[in-house]
Amino acid sequence: MKRSNLVGKIGYIIIYVIVIALGLLCLLPLWYIVAISFSKASAVQGNMVSLIPVGFNTVTYEEILTDLQYWRSFLISVVRVILAVIINTVLTVTMAYPLTKNKYQFRGRNIYMNILIFAMLFNGGMIPTFLVIKKYHLLNTIWALVLPGAVPIFNVILLMNFFLGIPKSLEEAAVLDGANPLQVLTKVYIPCSVPVLATVTLFSIVGSWNDFYSGLIYITRSKNYPLMTYIQSLTINMEDIIKNGTAADILRASKVSEQNLNAAKIVVAVIPLLLIYPLLQKYFINGIVVGSVKE
Amino acid sequence: MKIKKSKGKRYIASEVFYHGMMLPGMIFVVLFNLVPMFGIIMAFQDYKPAKGYFKSDFVGLKHYKYLFQIPDGFEIFRNTLVLAVGKIVFGTLMAIIFSILLNEIRQKWLKKSVQTIVYLPHFLSWVVLASAIKSLFGLDGFVNALLGTNLNFLGSNSLFQPLLIGSDVWKEFGYNSVVYLAALTAIDPGLHEAAKIDGANWWNRIFHVTLPGMRSVIILMVAMGLGNILNAGFDQVYNLYTAPVYETGDIIDTYVYRVGLNGMQYSFGTAIGLMKSAIAFVLMMTANYLAKKFTDSKIF
Repeated sequence: MKRSNLVGKIGYIIIYVIVIALGLLCLLPLWYIVAISFSKASAVQGNMVSLIPVGFNTVTYEEILTDLQYWRSFLISVVRVILAVIINTVLTVTMAYPLTKNKYQFRGRNIYMNILIFAMLFNGGMIPTFLVIKKYHLLNTIWALVLPGAVPIFNVILLMNFFLGIPKSLEEAAVLDGANPLQVLTKVYIPCSVPVLATVTLFSIVGSWNDFYSGLIYITRSKNYPLMTYIQSLTINMEDIIKNGTAADILRASKVSEQNLNAAKIVVAVIPLLLIYPLLQKYFINGIVVGSVKE
Repeated sequence: MKIKKSKGKRYIASEVFYHGMMLPGMIFVVLFNLVPMFGIIMAFQDYKPAKGYFKSDFVGLKHYKYLFQIPDGFEIFRNTLVLAVGKIVFGTLMAIIFSILLNEIRQKWLKKSVQTIVYLPHFLSWVVLASAIKSLFGLDGFVNALLGTNLNFLGSNSLFQPLLIGSDVWKEFGYNSVVYLAALTAIDPGLHEAAKIDGANWWNRIFHVTLPGMRSVIILMVAMGLGNILNAGFDQVYNLYTAPVYETGDIIDTYVYRVGLNGMQYSFGTAIGLMKSAIAFVLMMTANYLAKKFTDSKIF
């Protein structure tokens, strides 16, 4: 009896150690970037920085303050997030509601549904999409970052499933009181699904803030880059440039290869995410559990 | 009779509303999802931007024949599969193990703090994480200093795939554990008590109570992963790879981007993209079917 108690205790200690170690492991890269951003350039170049800043200073952050391109890209990202959130949320809600009706209440419902599922599962691919955006004259505009993802189809289906779980009697009562579909949606369905809407909205904020892909493909002028694409263009690998680049590329890269400055730029770019993270954590657990266990 | 008529009218009135509500979204779906699909025709042409879709010459399956003649064709499919399968297998295992271990922790504050930290990497862009990984795993980076080795994680073909799989598992295991944790808490504690009374130890209970209780969620998550098997992670690979590791690091998406889009081989790139989309479509339908068959839920 005593022995098994001891084994149990050791087992628990091992579990605690593993869990805490995994937690610290997840913090390590971010911590490391922060440490680099506060270190002296020479210490970073010499790989002297590990987890504690060497030669603590805030020069890099002061330098960012006056970096016009950085704030330009920052602003582009902010505007794009706002546009994306408004467009995504409005379209998700307005499309999810009619789809909750059956094919007798809303003839054509199944056609819409099949088109959406098809569009979600199949796509023209990177190059045809690029050529279409180019045809629409959206290249190098902020709309190229927002409109291709205007309808997050997966979220539409997720919200539709959530709406289907709301008791029908609420809607019937509202209809008896003379509410039209738009009023039913805004007065009954939306108030009932705040947590799911919050999750979907927060995910679209994070998704557009973090996205560098659209910027990489649809924005060809570097001054129009959103923040993540801009940062990505700074941290391009030196070896690659030296091997394949022109003299001008190498010169440009050597100017931006100040690792500690780049680290500071990354830290500042992550701050907005950290600010909404508590909210995100509050809602997303509900959201993904709802999203993955349907019907 | 009168009531019936008015009811029918009301349906028509609300149907107009419903179509109106669908319209704005459908316009975007048509413009940005459906119209690009017509571009697929390029895969069977020698597309010249100046000539457009209608005047470019049709070449049949030329691009596919070419793809399977060059070594890249085999490599990108192999790399995509190896990376995706590796990420699903190790990612799922890690998330399950972590959720079981975390569930054993009784101190609420500790559990909450660990959760807060392990969910974080999921919400960070690969642009951010890749920059940290590049410094940490560089030739004279932190990891090599710690291990006292001189391993070229980012530049050698034998270590690059493990680095990609490992860093993806690291980024996602916390977030993926959320659903497993939810499944764990849904297991009736009475089952554990009963097993204890019958003399089952911790391991017995894990294998006979906990894991069977998580079965349907595990199947669902793996099915979803299989549907996405051709998405080996453009963001991650693009931010970490370099020319020396194209052999093991290049995946379908990065290849289409680099050779097709940047190299202006539009038709060739589209051909590869079409093959990927078609296979992915079949896989997702299969995954959805399997999820429906083996669990009570479906993916879409």
